[in-house]
Amino acid sequence: MEALVSQALYGISYGLLLFMLAAGLTLIFSMMGVLNFAHASFYMLGAYVAYQISSWLGFWPALVLAPLALFFLGAAVERWGLRRVHKWGHLPELLFTFGLSYIIVELVQVIWGRAAVAYRVPPELDGPVRWLQRYDITFPEYRMFMMAVAVAILIALWLILTRTRIGLVIQAALTHPHQVEALGHNVPRVFMLVFGGGCALAGLAGVVGGNAFVTEPAMASTVGAIVFVVIVVGGMGSLAGAFIASLAIGLLESFGKVSDWSVAKLATSIGLVVDAGTPGYDVLKLTLSQVAPVLPYLVLVLILIVRPKGLLGTRED
Amino acid sequence: MKRRHIITGLATAGALAFASYAMAQTKSAASKSAPATSATQTVRIAYIDPQSGPFAGVGANLLKHFQFSADLVNAQQLAGPGVKFEMAAFDNKASPQETLTALKQVIDQGIRYVVQGQGSGAALALIDAIDKHNERNPNQAIVFLNYAAVDPDLTNSKCSFWHFRFDANTDMKMEALTAYIKDRSEVKNVFLINQNYSHGHQVSRVAKELLARKRPDVKVVGDDLHPLGQVRDFAPYIAKMKAANADTVITGNWGPDLALLVRAAREAGLNANFYTYYAGVIGTPTAVGPAGENRMHMISYWHPNITGYPGEQIYLDFKKRFNEEFYTVATYTSLTLLADAMKRTGSTDPLRVAYAMEGAKLTSMHGDIEMRASDHQLLQPLWLSSWTKVGGANKHDIEKTGFTWATAVAYPTYVATQPTSCNMKRPARS
Repeated sequence: MEALVSQALYGISYGLLLFMLAAGLTLIFSMMGVLNFAHASFYMLGAYVAYQISSWLGFWPALVLAPLALFFLGAAVERWGLRRVHKWGHLPELLFTFGLSYIIVELVQVIWGRAAVAYRVPPELDGPVRWLQRYDITFPEYRMFMMAVAVAILIALWLILTRTRIGLVIQAALTHPHQVEALGHNVPRVFMLVFGGGCALAGLAGVVGGNAFVTEPAMASTVGAIVFVVIVVGGMGSLAGAFIASLAIGLLESFGKVSDWSVAKLATSIGLVVDAGTPGYDVLKLTLSQVAPVLPYLVLVLILIVRPKGLLGTRED
Repeated sequence: MKRRHIITGLATAGALAFASYAMAQTKSAASKSAPATSATQTVRIAYIDPQSGPFAGVGANLLKHFQFSADLVNAQQLAGPGVKFEMAAFDNKASPQETLTALKQVIDQGIRYVVQGQGSGAALALIDAIDKHNERNPNQAIVFLNYAAVDPDLTNSKCSFWHFRFDANTDMKMEALTAYIKDRSEVKNVFLINQNYSHGHQVSRVAKELLARKRPDVKVVGDDLHPLGQVRDFAPYIAKMKAANADTVITGNWGPDLALLVRAAREAGLNANFYTYYAGVIGTPTAVGPAGENRMHMISYWHPNITGYPGEQIYLDFKKRFNEEFYTVATYTSLTLLADAMKRTGSTDPLRVAYAMEGAKLTSMHGDIEMRASDHQLLQPLWLSSWTKVGGANKHDIEKTGFTWATAVAYPTYVATQPTSCNMKRPARS
């Protein structure tokens, strides 16, 4: 039971981190129609910037300053990069972000080197959660903090989108950008804010994820593909969908990684004889943990076949 | 104006990034052909190992090991008067495919000696490609010095005349490791966790085999394989270990795969003994820290607190120069054995040097060694050591942790020596 709970907690904390990334990505996509390939690079950049700031000022200033820096960087990329490419259509925009992702990775390697950097969890949060220990569950405090940050972001995002003026404009611009512009709102500026905001979210995910895991040049590519799975499964442009998909993928990772179940075992348990002589035994004996790295992509393919618009997506195209 | 600035800035940055690539390429191409005069002769040695990706940190540290060892060989003229070693680094990104691409470059540049060690997958690819190359181009033969790939197959079913292994292979290390575990009554539930590639499979296989033979009462409560260099979060595995009541973890993991595993174990408060091959590799001691006191164990051919051999001074010199640990003594062993063979034959011809290395004996940093002629497996002593506070004879602080390795048992060479099934095909002596 304890193992189950801690396994679930790890899955949820990873899922929530994915959500912080996916939220920005899906928001940018639904608003601007841009699939931002550089999104995971902003996540990585967030971790590196936080590492740099924390080595000067400590972790807590980094927690605020790094996402802020990423916000301005993202806004600048939109203002001076994407907006110029925008008039040529979506494909050049996609290629632009694609190229950008490569440039960011190279820049990071030039500045911080190719190896991982020592970006550490702050000492205040380096220990197990005490009240959970009473139930025999040792869960790192920092993971709890990570979850709290993600939930706070989720709530803040929801409040901004539904309760504020800018949120209303964003929602309106999602579906009727021309109408909104005709009403006198500066839609390009809204785009800039959304892109910057999305990058800040990715940066924040990097700040809290970089030291929970590893801050290295490969961190963008390891998480990049998974985030795309999340937004496709959740439904392009749907925040709620992204939330559900993030948690699902997080739990799938956590439980799938360590499951010893295999088709052969399942068959044996219901009385069938499966051994080395059975045709295809090499495939049948593969445990879930061995195929775990592919599982998210399997889900992606299945969703695309069964429900192409994603779990909560609204677009039919 | 401003706009142009930023775009130019970005473009410059991008151009710089790519230029650094191009420079690295041309640099290695430029120094391609050192003239082979009789006065001084430069022997270029290709280092084909990861310099980017998850294992970049280990790769960079080991390249320093080699450069340091090459400098020693040159300073002491170990390869004979006028023969200089020069390392040339090629990035294989820890992938067998990229290794073969790198080998092509090595061949194109006329380099005849290759060192590689990080990953038996890459080593298996190399041994195969080099065998084929040498068969087709006997006049441009390449010698492969494997300093750390420990898959037993490399000196058994896949053995090659052109391959020499300077690390103790998995069968040998596990033989010594289980000799220690045999007498540890606290070992009851063993959990095996390994990387999902040839090396990890071999560790898992031989651990189960030897435990069943030496400690049939021990239960193997878990046997997990995880993707190589991909896992960033080992917490789920640790939760599984706890659920399985594991009191002992045996792993062949190395680099970040071990450092992150250990870190996750510490965070989750896993109360188990770790028996490892590579806890000494850069970064891992820091991850182990005080939490690993008396619980982290390592089977290895060296640690800095052994005495009686010239290793200590070399270790200290390296630490002084790079402020990093000299852990992989096989880098030194391989270059000195190679140098010795060149000196004895008075030649740098791969075929003659390879024959001269067969059966060669030498004293390395940790003791007397022998390159067994039948399978080209180095025979050397092994140590089982435990992570303890610095003090007394155990004086070398590792990675400024305040902890170090203390010998639990020293195994003379014969303990771990294994028979070989190698049926080596040798080329005709020229």
